[in-house]
Amino acid sequence: MGGAVTTPVLALNGVSRSFGPIEVLHGISIALAPGRVHALIGENGAGKSTTMKILAGYQPPSSGEVLLDGRAVAFATMGEAEAAGISMIHQEFNLAEQLTVEENIFLGRELKRGLFLNKAAMRAEARTLLDRLQCRVATDRPISSLSNSDKQMVEIAKALSRETRVLIMDEPTAVLTKAETRILIDQVRALRAAGTAILFTSHKLDEVKEIADDLTIMRDGAVVYSGPADAMDEHGMAEAMVGREMSQLYPAKDGTPGEIVLEVSGLTVPGFAEDISFSLRAGEILGIAGLIGSGRTETFEGLAGLRPATGSVKVKGRAVTIRHNWEALELGLCYLTEDRKMRGLLLQKGMRENLTLQALHRFSHGLLDQRAEEAALDQAIRDFDIRGARGINVGHLSGGNQQKLLFAKTMLSDPQIIVIDEPTRGIDIGTKQQMYDFIRRLAREGRAIVVISSEMQEVIGLADRVLVMRQGRIQGEVTGDTITEDAIVRLAMGVGQAAPLAKELQE
Amino acid sequence: MSVAAAPARRVQMSVIGPILALVILVIMGAMMNPNFLGLDNITNVLARSAFIGIIAVGMTFVITAGGLDLSVGSMAAFIAGLMILVMNKMLPSMGVGVPIVLVGMLVALGAGIIAGLINGLLITRLGIEAFIVTLGSMGIYRSLVTWLADGGTLSLDFGLRTFYQPVYYGGIFGVTWPIIVFAVVVILGELLMRSTAFGRHCAAIGSNDQVAKYSSVRVGRVRLLTYVMLGALVGLAVIMYVPRLGSASSATGLLWELEAIAAVIIGGTALKGGFGRVWGTVVGVLILVLIGNLLNLTDYVSPYLNGAIQGAIIVLAVVLQRGSKAGQ
Repeated sequence: MGGAVTTPVLALNGVSRSFGPIEVLHGISIALAPGRVHALIGENGAGKSTTMKILAGYQPPSSGEVLLDGRAVAFATMGEAEAAGISMIHQEFNLAEQLTVEENIFLGRELKRGLFLNKAAMRAEARTLLDRLQCRVATDRPISSLSNSDKQMVEIAKALSRETRVLIMDEPTAVLTKAETRILIDQVRALRAAGTAILFTSHKLDEVKEIADDLTIMRDGAVVYSGPADAMDEHGMAEAMVGREMSQLYPAKDGTPGEIVLEVSGLTVPGFAEDISFSLRAGEILGIAGLIGSGRTETFEGLAGLRPATGSVKVKGRAVTIRHNWEALELGLCYLTEDRKMRGLLLQKGMRENLTLQALHRFSHGLLDQRAEEAALDQAIRDFDIRGARGINVGHLSGGNQQKLLFAKTMLSDPQIIVIDEPTRGIDIGTKQQMYDFIRRLAREGRAIVVISSEMQEVIGLADRVLVMRQGRIQGEVTGDTITEDAIVRLAMGVGQAAPLAKELQE
Repeated sequence: MSVAAAPARRVQMSVIGPILALVILVIMGAMMNPNFLGLDNITNVLARSAFIGIIAVGMTFVITAGGLDLSVGSMAAFIAGLMILVMNKMLPSMGVGVPIVLVGMLVALGAGIIAGLINGLLITRLGIEAFIVTLGSMGIYRSLVTWLADGGTLSLDFGLRTFYQPVYYGGIFGVTWPIIVFAVVVILGELLMRSTAFGRHCAAIGSNDQVAKYSSVRVGRVRLLTYVMLGALVGLAVIMYVPRLGSASSATGLLWELEAIAAVIIGGTALKGGFGRVWGTVVGVLILVLIGNLLNLTDYVSPYLNGAIQGAIIVLAVVLQRGSKAGQ
């Protein structure tokens, strides 16, 4: 309520936006005040991204006004918006992968001495900016060698270097670990204290609760709540976003584990994981927790034949060798990637081509049966509640619908052992709930499921049993009631006792 | 409904583009020279298109799967030289007849398949850039044919040539063999690209090979097959080409690789891969050959400027492709 006193630096007034004949934003008003943190939340496809792009001058509104310091403006280019002190950090990083950290921070506005680049000055300033963010990466490393979280920090450093009055961040914490999120939140607080207006989106409502002063909730292209953040609790936010009452987020853990279908012993993925041993039963959901970089993804990519690995693997009691991904598939083992945009889906292709890619042989009798493919798509749209126009490229689908499509694609080849890496990264709470239900349903059908997740709550809420990885090894196991945040964190940080795995294997 | 209509309209524009250009060329040609639409000229144009065309169909698959092959022109010259050498060598023992021609054909196809296999294995197994591998093999084959011909020309024995000539000049119902073979290759190619798992896999790999890998597609094998298939088609083109002149030299097949790549691009296949259409490649080949033909038949523009006009068309086609992409 205090926000109304100062004039907003940047505001939208009754903004609508259409793509072709379809209006996706209906009369949005939002005001960003200096020295305040504004959270914009909503389900995937609610119109958050478009709203942010209009604020940052990437897209003009179809009608309504953009107000800068109370005056209507029309940014012709992103450069003009940037010159006015507006910076936006995208969910997909906007960094040149082959250039170094310092080159990226100063890209387009390089410091010069006469005709030549002043590299020393840029290096020094880049170092100062990164130090402020407690980011330790060397400024001469190429971006391609950095982790996602470091890339995020570089993006923020880049924005900081441009005397930003308004900072817009699209899901800044989606790829960050807990510790990195803390640093980011501290930085946001510092920027707020310095008078910067900040807008961010997040699907993590506890973060919203923690740092937002103002809150705007969108649903189906319209604002459904606008006001102070502390007037709403997390449950209220979730209900406003989804537009219906939210029942229990996680389905009941009512699986009845059957026979052991997968036995892994001594699996080693050179450089990433060592001596991984575990077993998995039909009907069971096994959670894999651990910090980012603890080798979780690489372990299971190694298991699925996506990277070189050694060790012994038994599927349904039979020793097998999996050197390629298709060999895993033939054994009924399927790995769902965490990176749906780069590894999961062909963004320039339609839903049908994506859906059937992995199980194409089922539709091929010499020639492809496109009618059967369409029928499979109808079925998948129904089963997994995929929304979006059929004709469009999947790159235009919202993250949640992409994830559902990826899920449907995997299930088309009817795998019995399914490894799902980060099942709900960057998707909204309504879709999350659906994903959890799908996963539990698969377990009830007697499939064996592995869920790798960085979201502690997700692992705790979903898994029957949790393995915690640390530095490429399994640090321990927690089961049933002992699955608590405390127990997992202890193991992930290496302060707990390694549970005796031998007992597990002897069963 | 309206959502689906917008992309549909765009697709149609990109489909119509090359066809429109071809139609305009044909109309211009008919207006400028009455012989242009004569049966002789049409047969001539199509037969000339056949060599580049057959190779370009294979190239469409290679490019769609995200690859490139610069070696096809030199490969054609080398295979032609090899075929002529082998046939001349066998002549004393086999004599003129169908068997020796079949041996020659087998040599051409086999050499093409092996050459494609070598390119493909280097690219997929050793992971070397297709551009580098085929730039290298381009130089190697060109130099090998020069060496085989000892710097001059390899000529097929005169009697053998006379016997073999109908494969280029003959045909059925007035349609010559190169045109028939070209048509069959195109129809099979279109079917393969559009309606088989192989075609779909090519497009998936060219679109994003990581996604293809994670989707259990045998990326290496599919890529390898595209190069082998292209090699076989080069062999097939040579089988049609040798009876035309009965000789091969270091100048045989010069710049064919660029014409084939140009035809693929003009036809609307994405140079970076991920999307390809065989019929578009055919339209591309016809456009390129027609321009040369028109310049020869008319005297508005010197035929020496053929290359310049072709070059301008290639750039224009890519600009138009880019334009339609930016509109999305």
